[in-house]
Amino acid sequence: MYRIGVDVGGTNTDAVVMSGRDILAAVKVPTSGDVTSGLIGALQQVQTAAGIAPGEVGMVVIGTTHFTNAVIERRQLSETAVVRLCLPAAQCLLPMVDWPADLKSVIGDHIYLASGGMEFDGTPIAPFDPSDILRIGTAIHDKGLNAIAVCGIFSPVNDEFERHAAKLLSQTCPDAAITLSSSIGQLGLLERESATILNSALIALARKTVRALGEGLAQCGLTCPFYLSQNDGTLMGAAQAERFPVLSFASGPTNSMRGAAFLSGHQNAIVLDVGGTTTDIGLLQNGFPRQASTTVDIGGVRTNFRMPDVFSIGLGGGSIVNLGGAHFDGARGDEPTVGPQSVGYEITRRARIFGGDTLTATDVMVALGRAAIGDAARVANLDPALLAKVRAVMERRLERAVDRTRVSAAPIPIIAVGGGSILVPDQLGGTTVTRPAHFAVANAIGAAIAQTSGEVDRICSLDTQTREAALAGAEQEARDKAIQAGAVASTLTVTEREDVPLAYLRGNATRVRVKVVGELRV
Amino acid sequence: MRYLTVDDIEALAIGAAILGTGGGGNPYIGKLRCQQELRRGKRVPLLSLDELADDAYVVSIGGIGAPIVSIEKLEEGNEGLRAVRALEEFTGRKVDALIAAEIGGGNALEPILTAMSAGIGVVDGDGMGRAFPEMQMTTFSIYGHRSTPAAIADERGNVVLFRHTISEVWFERLARSAVVTMGGTAVGAEAPMRGDYIKRAAVPGTVTQAIRLGNVVLDANREHRSAIELICRQERGTHLMDAKIVDLKRHLSGGFSVGEIALDGIDAHSGTKARVVFQNEFLSFERAGRVEVSVPDLIVILDVDSGHAITTDVLRYGQRVAILALPCHALMRTPEALQVVGPQAFGLDGVEYCPLVIQG
Repeated sequence: MYRIGVDVGGTNTDAVVMSGRDILAAVKVPTSGDVTSGLIGALQQVQTAAGIAPGEVGMVVIGTTHFTNAVIERRQLSETAVVRLCLPAAQCLLPMVDWPADLKSVIGDHIYLASGGMEFDGTPIAPFDPSDILRIGTAIHDKGLNAIAVCGIFSPVNDEFERHAAKLLSQTCPDAAITLSSSIGQLGLLERESATILNSALIALARKTVRALGEGLAQCGLTCPFYLSQNDGTLMGAAQAERFPVLSFASGPTNSMRGAAFLSGHQNAIVLDVGGTTTDIGLLQNGFPRQASTTVDIGGVRTNFRMPDVFSIGLGGGSIVNLGGAHFDGARGDEPTVGPQSVGYEITRRARIFGGDTLTATDVMVALGRAAIGDAARVANLDPALLAKVRAVMERRLERAVDRTRVSAAPIPIIAVGGGSILVPDQLGGTTVTRPAHFAVANAIGAAIAQTSGEVDRICSLDTQTREAALAGAEQEARDKAIQAGAVASTLTVTEREDVPLAYLRGNATRVRVKVVGELRV
Repeated sequence: MRYLTVDDIEALAIGAAILGTGGGGNPYIGKLRCQQELRRGKRVPLLSLDELADDAYVVSIGGIGAPIVSIEKLEEGNEGLRAVRALEEFTGRKVDALIAAEIGGGNALEPILTAMSAGIGVVDGDGMGRAFPEMQMTTFSIYGHRSTPAAIADERGNVVLFRHTISEVWFERLARSAVVTMGGTAVGAEAPMRGDYIKRAAVPGTVTQAIRLGNVVLDANREHRSAIELICRQERGTHLMDAKIVDLKRHLSGGFSVGEIALDGIDAHSGTKARVVFQNEFLSFERAGRVEVSVPDLIVILDVDSGHAITTDVLRYGQRVAILALPCHALMRTPEALQVVGPQAFGLDGVEYCPLVIQG
């Protein structure tokens, strides 16, 4: 059976057909305004290119920015009730306190505080009060709301009361989509709560989108199961995607990095994904992107759920080059500049080699003989000394970015992918750059090879058990979660395993985080 | 006397993080709370030391506990007020103003919040001029004030009054146990001090200083300039080096995050190697085998691009940082002070405190 991976980006939709580890075909088509028509086009083209029939496809994995864009553009979000299990703590700041006003007004002011929060050791702050939750549920029902976010203090340590509250709320609001914060994020109440609210607000759109994607696949004759890729490089089934749309945020860069790992064979490497306007730089650890340790801003909202630790610099194939020279005030600008302004998707019209009059980074590489695209004669008259300077500027920026991404002084491979990766020199800081085949569609390949995972993040005491026992217990739980999510037990491997001692808590309190991933049972 | 504004609080949070010298907890939650109360119409006067009556009754206040708990279990909101009321009830006298025990980090905001609910003023000064890990490390304690009677309050309504402890260290020890039992965080208010003592023992002007620092960073970011040199000039400090973190060792010892950072100089400082030792806060800066800066002077690590403070818990291999040294206040440099907050007090054996030169 074949696998199809699709990455629906802002500009292009990329699709690949894979058979085991072989890439049979890859296509790039323009992304459409609605999710499905571009997808259908890509699916049909890539199947034709590979010469396969829909019945031979075992699974389709789709990476999409659809839900991120809904938040950024504040559209198609549901009004959402927020139930915070906290009392008497955490009354000082209400949910969404640090949100932009326009987004907050879309979500509405439906905030309920109740008891049922936990201490750091998982004991209750105050007793859970079922009758209060039922009263809140009735109020939510009476308002006609169909989305609820439940967030309890220290629920990542103990989610008992969140689950209990959800059960009661679903009795009074049988049609409501309910998200529990413990299933979304890590410690940090406001950030986890915000991510939970966004998730609930997106569920109606997720249901609609997943249905539309299913119909799109059916139109192409594809009846196999389909999955959405998550931002940690693993996938989720259609049912899971309807419940956890936020987990798709930032899956694009993750897919590129995973694709780069697959194409190059490197499990630990620095990946440069060079697009038209920016370069995303990230670190692969055991084949997965390292996760960000700080908060991540989504549409003006601070969240802390698992996101790839990727940063961008304003350098891409379409970056506009300024050769320096005399400034208006007579001062000499000695250094040429590249970006951050870019011609973006208009590169095929505006770059010199394509007949335009804007000098881009790609033009410079063609002039230097480093790439053979467009009409090289149109850049033949450029001063070689200046071109060398421009190239040095770009190299320095890429080198600096690579340097910033390193986690140790040990040598680490560098992989360049993406349509603009011709900008990357063969050597960066003394390391030879790997440029794998199919580098332009690494993101779709990353989607096609997505795996499934299980994760545990909690605080435990090392007074009553050893560090090893705590880690082993967390690992077993993570394995159980992964198997529940559809992983084949024999393929599970640990991708993250860390313990961080916590200051100022007696009893050797330590935060333990373990994550395992494995192949999906197809 | 002037009233603090929403913009002041924005800057204060940034400046307090810088004065936190790697520790002190994140001011983000406190900043949101202060700004929320100000927008709701609450007001809080900032009193300079000379505006304080000699017989004014001033209480130092701050959050006690684990930073990780304080970002998850947010306060109920009136913990500080309950602690202050308990002290008033016990001593039979109304408190006139509040002062921060520690200006560095999140504790810069706690007295402002409580002062707003109590309808009193907050003093422009604090007990450290920076952040330190333990409660006896304030100038208030160092110059003879006893922290007890003191009160700590949790979110449930529990208020514990420490009527008397035989030493400041015993107060720290007993209070810490109570806080852990309360779930890892609480707000503590310590024995009232007279205005004339505050004038003598408090590190003066540190709220204004933190606001000023924050504004330097905000202005520099707005104008796309480097904040580093501006901060040095304004605080009469020294720009030690720009460096990249090349190694990081961190472990837990006695409830503290302890470790050291190895640094390789970059740009103008390339070729130089240095080492910073920390215990929640940065303790010493060593270059070419010699400790150039140590506690109680401030070792500040900033993001080389943004000028924002980097705390010990988010240090990471490969980060590019600027390392600055800012002189501590003269009150922290006396023999009495050095016994409590000097290099030996932090177990930096063989390190002699060598006062940082105050520039310009």
